[in-house]
Amino acid sequence: MSETKHNTKGPIISIRQMNKYYGDFHALTDINLEISIGERMVICGPSGSGKSTLIRCLNRLEAHQSGSVNVNGVELHQRMKDIDKVRSEVGMVFQHFNLFPHMTVLENCTAGPMWVNKVPPEDAHNIAMKYLERVNIPEQADKYPAQLSGGQQQRVAIARSLCMHPKVMLFDEPTSALDPEMVSEVLDTMTDLAQSGMTMIVVTHEMGFAKKVADRVVFMDEGRIVESNEPIAFFENPQSDRTKKFLSQVLVH
Amino acid sequence: MIQDTVTEDIIMRKPKFIAFLFTTIFICFFIFDPSQSIVGHLLEPALGDPEKSGFYGRCVTASMSAVLLVLNLLAISWIPNFRLQVITVWLQLLILFLSFFYSFDLSFEFIRSKIWFMVTQGIFTTLYVSAISIVIASFIAIIGAVAKMSSNGFAYAIASFYTSFFRGLPLLMQVYLIYLGFPQIGYVIDAVPAGIIALSLCYGAYMTEIFRAGIMSIDHGQWEGSRALGFKFGLIMRKIILPQSIPLIIPPTGNQFIAMLKDSSLVSVIGVWELMFLARTLGNKTFNHMEMLITAAMLYWMMTMVLELIQSRIERKYKKQQSR
Ligand SMILES: Nc1ncnc2c1ncn2[C@@H]1O[C@H](COP(=O)(O)OP(=O)(O)O)[C@@H](O)[C@H]1O
Ligand SMILES: [Mg+2]
Repeated sequence: MSETKHNTKGPIISIRQMNKYYGDFHALTDINLEISIGERMVICGPSGSGKSTLIRCLNRLEAHQSGSVNVNGVELHQRMKDIDKVRSEVGMVFQHFNLFPHMTVLENCTAGPMWVNKVPPEDAHNIAMKYLERVNIPEQADKYPAQLSGGQQQRVAIARSLCMHPKVMLFDEPTSALDPEMVSEVLDTMTDLAQSGMTMIVVTHEMGFAKKVADRVVFMDEGRIVESNEPIAFFENPQSDRTKKFLSQVLVH
Repeated sequence: MIQDTVTEDIIMRKPKFIAFLFTTIFICFFIFDPSQSIVGHLLEPALGDPEKSGFYGRCVTASMSAVLLVLNLLAISWIPNFRLQVITVWLQLLILFLSFFYSFDLSFEFIRSKIWFMVTQGIFTTLYVSAISIVIASFIAIIGAVAKMSSNGFAYAIASFYTSFFRGLPLLMQVYLIYLGFPQIGYVIDAVPAGIIALSLCYGAYMTEIFRAGIMSIDHGQWEGSRALGFKFGLIMRKIILPQSIPLIIPPTGNQFIAMLKDSSLVSVIGVWELMFLARTLGNKTFNHMEMLITAAMLYWMMTMVLELIQSRIERKYKKQQSR
C-alpha cells in the first residue's frame, strides 16, 4: 500500500555512506537513505540516537565528515557556494520553534520571502497571510511570538517555513516542547500538510501520527539506521530486538 | 532583584545596634578631634575657647557630634515613605558637600563671570567629542566582536591584539601617542580629531567585549532558525541578532558613555577646549583654581545625572518591549 501512496518521481534527498563525528564521538555511522518526492518519512528512536543530527545534516546545520548528502540535486560540502539557496528550499521546524521574538508573527513570515527571495512587500504579505490561514491563525498576525501559546507558536513556525515554498520540510520533534493539550493542533496541521502532497521528514515519538501519515518509518539507535519499513509492517512485525524494545516503551501509554 | 514579601526588622530599632553605632561614630570623631570644628565653636559658651578645652572638650564635642548623627539616622529610619527617605538623605549629603565647598571661601563673582563660557564652550565640546567617539566606538566594537568570535585566525589575531593593546595602555598615553606620534610619520593631526580617535579606539576596545557578550547571549536557536531560512551571515547579524542584543548592550554602553564623558577631560592635555581645559586655563590667570575646578566638577556631575536619566528611560522602553 505504501509503495503506491506516494508517487515515485525519484529522490529529492539521497544520503550515501554518510558518517558524522562530534570530535571523537561517532554520532552517525554509515547512513544510507533516499527520500522520494512526495514521500512522508517518520524517524524515531531513543534519545541520543542521532535523529536530530541526521536531519540537521540535510540542510547542513551540521557538517558530515564522509559519504555524500545530495539535496535536490545539489551535493552538500564544506566549500559549497549556494548553501543558502538549498536551505531556502528546505523548510525546517524545530522543537523550540526558534521564532524571532522581536518581530511580529507576520514579520516572521514575510522575512524569508522578502530578504532571501526578494519578493516585494505586498506579495510577501499575501504569501504570509495565505499560510497563516492555512495553519489557522491569521488573526494572530500582528502579535509577537511571546503572546501566543506553544501550539500557536509552532504553527507560526510551520507557516514561516512554508512561506519559502520549500520542496521538502524537516521536523525535529515539533511537539516535544508542547503542553499535552496543544500537541494535536500541531499534528493536525502537519497531517493537513502531508495530505497536500508535501515531502516531509519528521522526527517524532508520536506513533499515532506515524501510523496515520507516514509512508515509511525509520528506526535509529546509536547513530545507525536499524530498521526501515512501511508503517504497518514496522509496528506489527518489527524485525530487530531493539525496535521491539523501543516500541514496547513508547506504545504502552 | 526581587524584593521578598517579608521584611526583616529595621536595624535602627535595635538598641544594641544603636549603641554599637554610637560607639563607632564616637571613636571616629574622637580620633579626628572635632573640638576645633563648627561643633566646637557652637559649644564655646559651655566649653570655653575650643583651643584650650583639651581632652575634656574633645570628649564632649565628639560625643555631641555622635549624638547628633545617630539622632539624624534614627529620624531617617522613621520616615515611612521610601521616596521621602531617599530625598532626605540626598539633600543632607548635598548640603554637606556644598558646605564643604563653601568653606573654601570661593569667589562666586568669578564663577558667575565664567560659567556661561564654560557651559557653552566646555560642555558643548565635551558632549560632542564624547558623542562622536561613542558612535565610532560602537562600530569598532561590532566589528571587533564579530572578529573575536570568528574562526578566521587573522581576524581574531587583529581583534585580540587591538583590544589587548588599547585596554592595556593608559588613555592619557594613547592621547599623546596619537597627537604626537602621527606627526612623526608625516600626518599632522588636529587636537580634536586626535582626541576623538584616541577615545574611540580606547572605548571601542572595551565595548568589543560588551558587544561580544551581548551577541553570545542570544540563543543559538536564533542562528539555526535564520540559517534554515537561507539568511546570510550579515543579514542574520543585522536583522536578527543585533536587534535582540541591543537591550543587553545598552546599559553597559550607557555606563561607558558616562565614563567617556569624564575621560574626555584627558584630551585637555592636547589643548582641546573642553570643560577640563577651560577649568584649568580660566582659573590660572587669577589664581581662582578652586572656583573653576569645583564649577567644572559640578557641571560634569550634572551632565552625568542627565545621562543617567536618559539611560534609565531607554532601558525602561526596551524592558517594556521585551515583556510584550
Ligand atoms: N554539538 C554536539 N557536540 C557533541 N555531541 C553532540 C552534539 N550534538 C549532539 N551530540 C551527541 O550526538 C548524539 C546524537 O544526538 P542527537 O542527534 O541530538 O540525538 P537525538 O535527536 O536522537 O536525541 C548524542 O549522543 C549527543 O550527545
Ligand atoms: Mg533530538
